[in-house]
Amino acid sequence: MSQFDDRIPLPPTSAQTTNLTCHFCIVGCGYKVHKWPEHEEGGRAPQDNALGLDFTRQLAPLQACLSPAMVNTIQDNDGSRHHIMIVPDKDCVVNQGQASTRGGMLGHLTYNGKGPSASRLTQPLLYRGANWRESPWENALALYAGLTKKILDEDGPDEIYFNLFDHGGAGGGYENTWGTGKLIFTGLQTQKVRIHNRPAYNSECHATRDMGINELNNSYEDAEVADVLWSIGNNPYETQTNYFLVHWIPNLQGSTVNKKQQWFPGETVGRGRAIFVDPRRTTSIAIAEQAAGAENVLHLAINPGTDTALFNGLLTYVAEQGWLDSEFIAQRTNGYEQALSANRLSLEDCSELTGVPVAQLIQAAEWSYKPKASGHMPRTMHAYEKGIIWGNDNYRIQSSLVNLVLATGNVGGRRGAGVVRMGGHQEGYVRPPFPGGRPAPYVDGEIIAGRGKILTTWACDAFRSTHNAQNYRAAVIRRANIVREAIDQARGASTAELIDIIYDAVTTKGGLFVVSIDIYPKPFGEAGHMMLPATVPGEMNLTSMNGERRMRLSEKFMDAPGSAQPDCMIAADIANALKALYAQDGNSAMAARFAGFEWSSEEDAFMDGFNRNENELVTYERLRALGNNGVQLPVTGLENGLLVGTEVTYTERFDTEDGRAKFQPSPWNGLLAEAQQQKDKYPFWINNGRVNELWQTLYNDEHVEFRTSRWPMTLVEIGSEDAQRLGINSGDVVELFNDYGATQGMAHVEPTIKPGQVFMQTMGRNGVMGDLATTAVDQNILPYYKGTWADVRRVGDMGLSRTVTSKRRHFV
Amino acid sequence: MSLSRRDFFKVGGVGALAATVAPGTLAQPAAVPAGNAVLNHPATLVAEISGLRVNQPVSFNFPDSGSPCQLLKMGREVPGGVGPDGDIVAYSILCPHMGCPTQYDGEARSFKCGCHFSVFDPEMEGQQVCGQATQNMPRIELNFDTARGTVEAVGVHGLIYGRQANTL
Ligand code: SF4
Ligand code: FES
Repeated sequence: MSQFDDRIPLPPTSAQTTNLTCHFCIVGCGYKVHKWPEHEEGGRAPQDNALGLDFTRQLAPLQACLSPAMVNTIQDNDGSRHHIMIVPDKDCVVNQGQASTRGGMLGHLTYNGKGPSASRLTQPLLYRGANWRESPWENALALYAGLTKKILDEDGPDEIYFNLFDHGGAGGGYENTWGTGKLIFTGLQTQKVRIHNRPAYNSECHATRDMGINELNNSYEDAEVADVLWSIGNNPYETQTNYFLVHWIPNLQGSTVNKKQQWFPGETVGRGRAIFVDPRRTTSIAIAEQAAGAENVLHLAINPGTDTALFNGLLTYVAEQGWLDSEFIAQRTNGYEQALSANRLSLEDCSELTGVPVAQLIQAAEWSYKPKASGHMPRTMHAYEKGIIWGNDNYRIQSSLVNLVLATGNVGGRRGAGVVRMGGHQEGYVRPPFPGGRPAPYVDGEIIAGRGKILTTWACDAFRSTHNAQNYRAAVIRRANIVREAIDQARGASTAELIDIIYDAVTTKGGLFVVSIDIYPKPFGEAGHMMLPATVPGEMNLTSMNGERRMRLSEKFMDAPGSAQPDCMIAADIANALKALYAQDGNSAMAARFAGFEWSSEEDAFMDGFNRNENELVTYERLRALGNNGVQLPVTGLENGLLVGTEVTYTERFDTEDGRAKFQPSPWNGLLAEAQQQKDKYPFWINNGRVNELWQTLYNDEHVEFRTSRWPMTLVEIGSEDAQRLGINSGDVVELFNDYGATQGMAHVEPTIKPGQVFMQTMGRNGVMGDLATTAVDQNILPYYKGTWADVRRVGDMGLSRTVTSKRRHFV
Repeated sequence: MSLSRRDFFKVGGVGALAATVAPGTLAQPAAVPAGNAVLNHPATLVAEISGLRVNQPVSFNFPDSGSPCQLLKMGREVPGGVGPDGDIVAYSILCPHMGCPTQYDGEARSFKCGCHFSVFDPEMEGQQVCGQATQNMPRIELNFDTARGTVEAVGVHGLIYGRQANTL
């Protein structure tokens, strides 16, 4: 942030300019980082600043996306001081010069020891003497590697636990997934690993993958040319903002009709339509209506958890109507008849279960699947996110949806189509194979049950992102405290002595040694015994891909704070420390398991990981040449020295042995039992999801005044009638509780929330929706986070309404 | 251009002040130039309170003709409000996201931007209710002159869209 909020320094034309991909949501918007010496400043004339904008007069609307939050002053390790400005890239095809409120904060969040960055971890911290102490890396690594080795030697890998990111963007990316994966799966060979937001090591898209279709199978451009856009359990304005604003909205406004005519000659085309499947009227629905006209938007406000019934009913109906792509079914799929007969559900039954009127079901089917005037099948894109992924039986819902898409030929190379997850983070996964089976161990349950001796939580926060979270949190804190008490008694102990003391506490007393590798201290790490400082993009080079598989190199432009290191280099340090310990023992077999980490930078991790395992054509240099537009994976070759990618996948073969996609029977099966039990007992369905202004677990946001002033507490939206009955006003503190836990938040009365439902921001700070989420999971241990029931009571008024707006968040 | 920002403000700032401030509002011409930490805004008469209607926006430009603003009398005391009822506020209406002119929606009592659908609350210091900006609506600092019953704009809190600094 600039020291003034009414002016900003301009980059001179001599400023260094590098590329940065926004590391928050999956859209992966392109940004330019301008960096220049602190004592210099560009001029207001367009030829005198690196932005090329004329600041001698008022700029016209939409010429720039620039605010004081986009600038900062930093200091590199050599003592040199610089201004930086991080602005959206007009030439990036993803965001076309636009920032969302999250990405627009990248500059403000840059480390300089002040503002939000003052809270960053800069040195390793060790819990000793009832206190946190800074420690040299060497010392911390000796303890970590020594304890890990002792457990590995005495008890085997199954006592070594990890909570581990698997995504791209900040706290992820190909370099870091590879570094950690190689350490954990090749070196330690433990299967007691869970992913950042769920209690086991599983995919959120097992079903679609089993059917031969990876979940990211089209391009953002497809949303511009689709006839109908389905948004299923997904609120794109608040969660994939610039994808929605830059690629969906123009279609809904009718401004891509020319493009459709060019792409699809002879075909009936027009303004796009949108169908939302969501029990709640979201801000996205309101905006879509504003853009397309209410007559072009359908909101299927289903009863919670009934998605499977919805898609099975639609499949049955389109089959009856003959609105199928019979040729596609015959040529490119297997199992249609079996799936249809298993899933058959009449429209009346479908309506009864989902609560959606029959007329709306027919309307949705006609828009999406009935041949157009020109005789062509509509181009219908099906986008889904956490409503399905965290829905009532992930595997089954996803199967039902993909069945419908396959039957209507809306995947497999057709433009304007696709069945895609919208995504949370970018992706960036390359790891050796997971050493466990499927379903993978239910790691969080095992921690609660007292198993595991060391737990490393790596760039994630399960206190806020698991189900049954209160019980989990309580177990971790209780078990960590056992170790703390032992450490408190170990006055002046050497590292070797400390390892023995900790080992005893985790072996004979039920303790758990907890390590956090992260960029901020968080409650999870603070409950434990060691915190190691990591970096974010910009402080390291990092590669990831976005929701259309667009891979970019996000370039390093500054030094990391203190002694913080990229996650892949921390993994390498741990591996090298273990290798040295085994070599000292003369155990060359074990030393060899930790070999191959002689990396001097993250680029070495990239070459060892992505380049060697995914595609040898892809290098930093070649990615750098493609800038913020990068290349869409998979890379198929080189043309004139430039990488060539793939816009739409599965044009010829699906990911199955015979290349044909598989239908999967997935009949409607009711609510998962644990959820049903809470439903029978408590009056409110607790929906949950993201809030536009807040990213992920709020790891940055909780340090940013602009955020905390708007959102001092977890949002709880409640309908007018319920609020009135319970005496709740906007700004009141409310408590939510059921058999699993109790949590709280700040009420916001929103008239469109249905009676008997509330919406709670997911992964809040002190208000954690997971505290109420039951242990209901699908066959692969994907929790039904979206479905729990609880009661709500007013706690009181602590004056939040004096500083927090109570206005409606909906545009209309 | 080699003129540094400091020089620019010394030259441009004082010039602007001399040119636009109504005679009589400046009690003593400053013998010593002011420091550079506060931008010089020309005090500008915006409204007489006798003419204000509750929830009806009044348009004006501030700090110069390139910057459209609106003043609102909310009809109830609000943070930052001036006037006898503490209910008069004003904002730059250029959306702090990318500068589209926001529209005041009297029913929702909010400013709304049709470009990327951001919503701001004039009754909470321009707080972004939901949207894509990284600052709240720039708030125009107002002075209420009890004797004359007038409201004048005297400063800006936040950066007006499309500017390096609030004063051109
Ligand atoms: S839409 Fe997503 S990727 Fe783009 S700027 Fe916003 S948070 Fe970043
Ligand atoms: S310009 Fe107002 S929301 Fe983008």
